This record gives sequence, structure tokens and C-alpha cells, in this order.
Amino acid sequence: MKELADANEQAQASSVTKRSPGPQKRDERPAEKVPGGTLLAVPVAGVVALGLHLFTAANEPPAEALLYTYFLSGLLIATVLAAAIQPLWSGLRKWMRDTYPLIAAAVFFLIGWELVTSILHLLPLPYFPGPSGVLLSLVNDRAVLFDSTWHSLLLLLGGYSLGVAVGLISGICIGWFPHARYWGMPILKIVGPIPATAWIPLAMVLSPSAMFSAIGLIALAVWFPVTMLTASGISNTRASYLDVARTLGAGRVYLIFNVAIPAALPSIFIGLFMGLGASFLTLVAAETVGVKSGLGWYLSWAQGWAEYGKVYAALLIMAAFFSTIMTALFKVRDRVLAWQKGVIKW
Amino acid sequence: MVATLVSGVAKEGSSLHVTNVTKDFAAKERTNLRTLALDGVSFSVAAGEFVSIIGPSACGKSTLLRLIAGLDFPNSGELHVGSEAITGANAERGLVFQDPNLFPWLTVRRNIRSGLVALGVAREKHHEVDEFIRLVGLEGFADVYPHHLSGGMAQRVALARALITHPKVLLLDEPLGALDAFTRMQVQDEVLRLWQARLTTMLLVTHDIDEAIYMSDRILIMTPRPGRIDRIISLDTERPRDRSHPDFLRLRSEILQLLDFGRR
Repeated sequence: MKELADANEQAQASSVTKRSPGPQKRDERPAEKVPGGTLLAVPVAGVVALGLHLFTAANEPPAEALLYTYFLSGLLIATVLAAAIQPLWSGLRKWMRDTYPLIAAAVFFLIGWELVTSILHLLPLPYFPGPSGVLLSLVNDRAVLFDSTWHSLLLLLGGYSLGVAVGLISGICIGWFPHARYWGMPILKIVGPIPATAWIPLAMVLSPSAMFSAIGLIALAVWFPVTMLTASGISNTRASYLDVARTLGAGRVYLIFNVAIPAALPSIFIGLFMGLGASFLTLVAAETVGVKSGLGWYLSWAQGWAEYGKVYAALLIMAAFFSTIMTALFKVRDRVLAWQKGVIKW
Repeated sequence: MVATLVSGVAKEGSSLHVTNVTKDFAAKERTNLRTLALDGVSFSVAAGEFVSIIGPSACGKSTLLRLIAGLDFPNSGELHVGSEAITGANAERGLVFQDPNLFPWLTVRRNIRSGLVALGVAREKHHEVDEFIRLVGLEGFADVYPHHLSGGMAQRVALARALITHPKVLLLDEPLGALDAFTRMQVQDEVLRLWQARLTTMLLVTHDIDEAIYMSDRILIMTPRPGRIDRIISLDTERPRDRSHPDFLRLRSEILQLLDFGRR
């Protein structure tokens, strides 16, 4: 009976939320029309950007100017096309309602950027090239950038997975076994807070290759937060879960792997996210000083030649690269922690 | 009724013997003051018997159950299931708490199955999982996570999880205390049904005098500080019992009197 009442209550509650206006309304009715303002914002911004660019194009190197013209024209055509076919495609409408305001803002940012750099020359060159210069660097250097990204990815994956593997093992041991806690915690407390990049001088002396030391440094940077949060998650496992499992006949292996670790997963994931942030930082630092490949290396190399268009191109790629990896980890977490109520969405 | 229930033979219960058990705790940290939680507690429960323990809060009821479960150890005295001494927790003695304590990361089916997994017999006894899901009436909810369940449903999952390992003794620590009155009566009948099908020895700790009278063969009345068994009441009325029968009500006021809550 209680269940029936609960179900009834839920049904009522959900019908109430459907009727009431609010921020949820957007997502619940994907068939709705896209507001005219939203629909027009991107094409209008595109026209303004293109007009402004054509106005100033004569003063720029022709290759640069032409490429950016193509880019803006392509953007404009795509958005006009999207606006034309959206009445027939509800998925596209939902996507447009969600992201069009953001795209419009991004185009306005490009307009502002071109205005202060290429048109009004308010910022000193070569440190602040216009958007067309950055785009040209991005396209011309695409092979090197791709190669750098690939090398960064290898280094990052190597260091991160090593750090996570060691961090999980040491975290589980410190969290579960009192002896491991007694001997491990002081090491963790003393060594852990040192930023991994501070070990660079030592790593250069100790390791046979720069690649090897970079992987070690990234692993070290990841190890600390993963160990800390795994250990605290394990040792904070609700005692009653362990009691219940014992009366079900659980031995130590079951208690660790089927009770303590699942119970610690929310905490472990916080450690994985903190470790990922630390690994990005260490990756770029290691590539800047020792390793002769990767995005960090490309960044400092471009800076050395004062090619700031390439610096911004590398920053753009880094933003996309790191954000993609972060998103992937969020996806993994959402899947693994599907049993939790109310997890933060990325 | 009995025949349609879970496979396996009825009469799974074992007798339980508690002999002169004493347990104390540090009253405050870093002092030598000790509180005596249990003082020379002795009683026996026959195989397949349903016994309730009632008494005011802090009379050591839960401590006693933890000792029987093997999650804690007495200062002195002995605990036996059948003729075997209790040396630690195992699947022989199941325990259900007031909080169902379902593993939130497992679905209903996997929660119920967890005892079989812990014992390493999940594969050969796989069919029992569905039987137990049916037995507690949760067919449509097998693949749901615990946070979607109401209190009554969650407690039924906890009962199924505790029973699937076929314990000889089932310890119930106020399992229905958090349920509303109607759900509680419903689950009481369900517990009785499960008990009658299996004749698992049941030891129920409760605050609820009606519940104790409705369900038990015998009621142990405990007094606090130090925890002692004050009186044992035997009931031999046929089940199902009528909650408004004059005998029921007379017994109720008698117990209230014993617990010092009667009209003075």
C-alpha cells in the first residue's frame, strides 16, 4: 500500500513539475519552436563579423585574410542552413535552443578580438595577433600540432594510468590496513604536498630519459590526490555495511572489494579528477623543460620564435584536448556512479 | 502455504544458548569508568522458536544481538549455536537492522544475491535469487537501485538478503521500527510467513509491545543499567493472533506494568 501511495505521490509530483514554469521546461519539450531572437543571433553575428573582416582585410596579409574570410563565410552559411532546416528536425531545434546563444557569444568575442587587434591596433604586436593570424597558424602548422597532441596524449595516458594504479593500491592499503596507515600516512603527509614540478631538477639527474622522467613526474602528481581520497573513502566506509556483509558470510576479500571499494567510489572519483588536473599541469611543465615533443614543447618553441599566432593556436588545441579528456572522465563517472542520487553534471 | 515457498527443507533453525554473558564499555574516552551493558545474561532459544526481547532504550538489547551475531565479544560468558561456540560473524546468524543498510551501489537483485557471492555459491544457487525476490513480493523491482525503494520495500529486500544464506538464527534489531503503523503490520505478517516456512530460529529486539505479543513464542523482558533479563513470558495462543482479543490486551497491560509504565 505504501508503495502504491508513493507511486501516486510521485506521479502527482511529476505532473506538478510539468505544469509549473521554470528552467526545466526547456529540456522537457524538445518539439518547441526556437525563439526568433536565438535563431537570428548567430547569422547576425556572422554577418557583422564578416563585414568587419572584409572592411579590414585589405590591410592584412592576403593568405591570412582569405582563410578567415572562408571560415566566417562557412560559419554563416552553416548557420543559415541550420535555421532553414530546423523546422523539420526536432533534435536540431533542441541543440540550437541549448547552444545557439553560446555560439553567438563566441562570434561576438571574435568580433571584439578583431576590433581591438587588426582594426584599432590597441594591443602590441607580435604578442596579440588577430583571429585571422591565429587561424592561419592553426591551419599551416596542423601536422606539427597533431603530432604534438599525440605525443602529449601518450605521455599523459602513461603517467596518469601509472599514478592511478599506484595511487589506488596505496590508497586501499592505507585505508584498510592499520599497519599500512601507520607507516604510509607520514610519507603521504610529507611527500604528497610537494608539487610534482618541484622534483624536475632531481628527475633530470635520476632518470635515463626525459620521457621517462616526465611519466614519473605526472604519475607522482596523480598519485597523491588519488591515494589521499581513496584512503579516506575506504576508511570512512559505513561500519554497518561491513557488519551486514560479515553476517552474510563475507571474508576479507569480499569486504575490501565488494563493500569498501564500492562505498569509497564517490571519494575515489574526486581523487581521480584532482589527479587529472594535476597531471595537465605537470605535463605542460615537463614538456616545457625537458621533453622535446608535445603541446607544452610546441608552446615554448613558438614563444622562442616570437610566433604568438602559434602560441594561441597551441592554447586552443590544449583547451579542446584537456576539456575532452575531462569530459571523458565525467562520462565514466556518470556510468560507474549511476546508483548515486544527484551527481554533479559536467 | 509452506510447500509453495522457497526450496530447501523447512526447520532450518538451530538452538541458541547464551550463558552468563557480561559485557562492559568504556563510559568516556580516556577514563577508567566502565558502563556495564550486560550483566550475567542467560537464556536459551529452542530450534525454530520465535523469541522477542523488549525493554527500554539502552538496556543492552542491541549489544546482546551484536554478541550473538559475532560482531563483538563478551567480557565473560559463553554463546553457542547448537553445540558450537560463537567465535565470529558468519552466515549462520543473519542480522537485519532498523536501517535496511542495503548496499546502494547494487540493484535489488544483486543486494539479495550478495550473501551467495560472499559465500562463493552465487552460480550454483542462482535460481534462489528469483525465488526470494518473489517471496518478498518485489518482482517488478529487481533491477532498481535502493534509493528508489520505500522503507517497507527496502526492509523486505534486507530480509530476503539475510535469509538467502539460510541462516540457522535470524537476529532482528528493531527491523520495523522506522516503518509507519500499516506497513509495519504488513511486514510483521510477512516475517511470520517467512519464519513459518523455514522455521529459522528468530530473535527479535523491539520497542513495540504489540509486535512482541503478536509474533513471539516467548518474550524476554530486559531492564537497563546493568542490562539483565528480568522476566520471561511464554505465549501459546494460535497464530494469527487477534490484536484486539481481551487476552492480548491483558498481556499488554501486564508487560507495561512490568516495564513500569502501567497506571500507578
